[in-house]
Amino acid sequence: MNITLALHDCGILTKRSLKHIIKNMDQLMGILIMPTVFLLLFRYVFGGAIDTGGTTYINFLIAGILVQTLAFGASTATFNIVLDLQRGFVDRLRSLPIWSPSLLVGHVVADLVRNTLSGIIMILVGLLIGFRPTASIHEWFLVLGLALLFTLAISWLSVILGLLVRTLEAAQWANFLIVFPLTFASSAFVPTDNMHPVIRVFAENQPFTHVITAMRAWLVGTPIGNSGWLAFVWCAGIIIVSIPVATWLFKRYTPK
Amino acid sequence: MSQNAIIVKDLKKSFKKLKVLKGINFSVKKGNILAILGPNGAGKTTTVRILSTLIKPDSGLALVNNHDIVKEPNLVRASIGLTGQYAAVDEYLNGEENLEMMGRLYHLPKKDAKHRARELLKQFDLVDASKRAVKTYSGGMRRRLDLAMSLIASPPVVFLDEPTTGLDPPSRLMMWTTIKKLAAKGTTILLTTQYMEEADNLANKIIVIDEGKVIAEGTSDELKKKIGSERLEITVTGDLQRAAKVIGGRVDEQRQTIIIAQGGVEKLKEALAKLETANVKVESISLHKPTLDDVFLTLTGHTATQDAEREARRKK
Repeated sequence: MNITLALHDCGILTKRSLKHIIKNMDQLMGILIMPTVFLLLFRYVFGGAIDTGGTTYINFLIAGILVQTLAFGASTATFNIVLDLQRGFVDRLRSLPIWSPSLLVGHVVADLVRNTLSGIIMILVGLLIGFRPTASIHEWFLVLGLALLFTLAISWLSVILGLLVRTLEAAQWANFLIVFPLTFASSAFVPTDNMHPVIRVFAENQPFTHVITAMRAWLVGTPIGNSGWLAFVWCAGIIIVSIPVATWLFKRYTPK
Repeated sequence: MSQNAIIVKDLKKSFKKLKVLKGINFSVKKGNILAILGPNGAGKTTTVRILSTLIKPDSGLALVNNHDIVKEPNLVRASIGLTGQYAAVDEYLNGEENLEMMGRLYHLPKKDAKHRARELLKQFDLVDASKRAVKTYSGGMRRRLDLAMSLIASPPVVFLDEPTTGLDPPSRLMMWTTIKKLAAKGTTILLTTQYMEEADNLANKIIVIDEGKVIAEGTSDELKKKIGSERLEITVTGDLQRAAKVIGGRVDEQRQTIIIAQGGVEKLKEALAKLETANVKVESISLHKPTLDDVFLTLTGHTATQDAEREARRKK
């Protein structure tokens, strides 16, 4: 396959997916609603009962909410892939003289742009209700970089999920099943110290926690430990494995 | 160079244990329309999917525009347009954007893609709707856009999988006109259909497939000769069995009707005379154009509907 042509195809299909962000505002709203509800719920209902040491709860919470927003945002790739499979769009693409995995690239790039938008919105909402970051410019860039890398990782995983589940219903619960445990059994909403020992071991070592801990450290100056580089390694690792798997699954996909 | 745009030799395909194609042979001359006629589950869609490189055959040979579908899929893809059973259009983009995107994916320069998009919008009567999101389109408009999208690069060969299934009669007529115009300009068309009428109206050649095999092929006239002309139905008020004995044919007891597959006008006169002599009262008479069911009944001894039901049972 000619690389220039493959890039051209990626460009065309990325343009399509980017147009979807604007033309399908419902999807963006859908992604923002859940984390916003969680943000308000934890800030005003549960937050008072949670001890976060020297940090205010909203300062503690914002990194967790940000990562949850990014995870939900990136998991739209699953829906978008399943829709394209079901509506025959994938069949059409595969009958064209193009590098058909360009479709996947298009969806993933759109996730990056959509997540940048929704991440900014969540931070603005946070500022409105008392979030006070201490991050330097340099730290803001680290947050942005990790956010994009994390989005890439989850987005490619979501693509794989979409190619495996093949129905919208399954896509819905499969995403739920992955995003929920990983955000709740993490340091997103509460410190991990008081969790059940087994859960605690999981929570302290899974990638979401490292990403959250790193972002929190950069945003409000909490201790970072090893989470900074571990977060980058986890995300890069997931991306390196999931891109070939997704491409392979897509190429061998045969319609039922 | 061969004068055939599509050549298919002994094509076989199984999905797990289910043999979907059991050795299909046919060819289509350049600029002709071939209709593949058959009930659900006969293997029509599988044939189209194989020829458009979406799935690989287990064995056999197929050439599209002189390119081998297995060895040179990209050359095949550059010379075909595919319109599947479900309109594969982008819901959120508008008609014009859909067409331009498709043109760009066929690697047309931007200017040409735009120009061609405008041309097709005009040709398919979609100019007024060109700036509206496709999700607001009617079924007929979607199908038209879908077909237009597969024509954007003016491919020499076009595959249409049940292009009019689910369309209302005016939209169907419009689709027929479009398909005929396309062929008149030299495009080779392979279409699948469940309707004898559609195959009759459009195709230079028809192949009838059943359970993965070609059971008949020829022009519409040749096939009709084989099936017989019109189907004659006579409903009687008197003794149905006696009537059947006198004039022959199949008995439908529920409707008090005798069905004669090969029923021209001569047959009608003859039957009426015989019933008169036998003193059986006739309630009504009707002549019907042969349907897919008649074709199947004559060729296979079972109807297409029975066939589809059996298929559904087997899939369970």
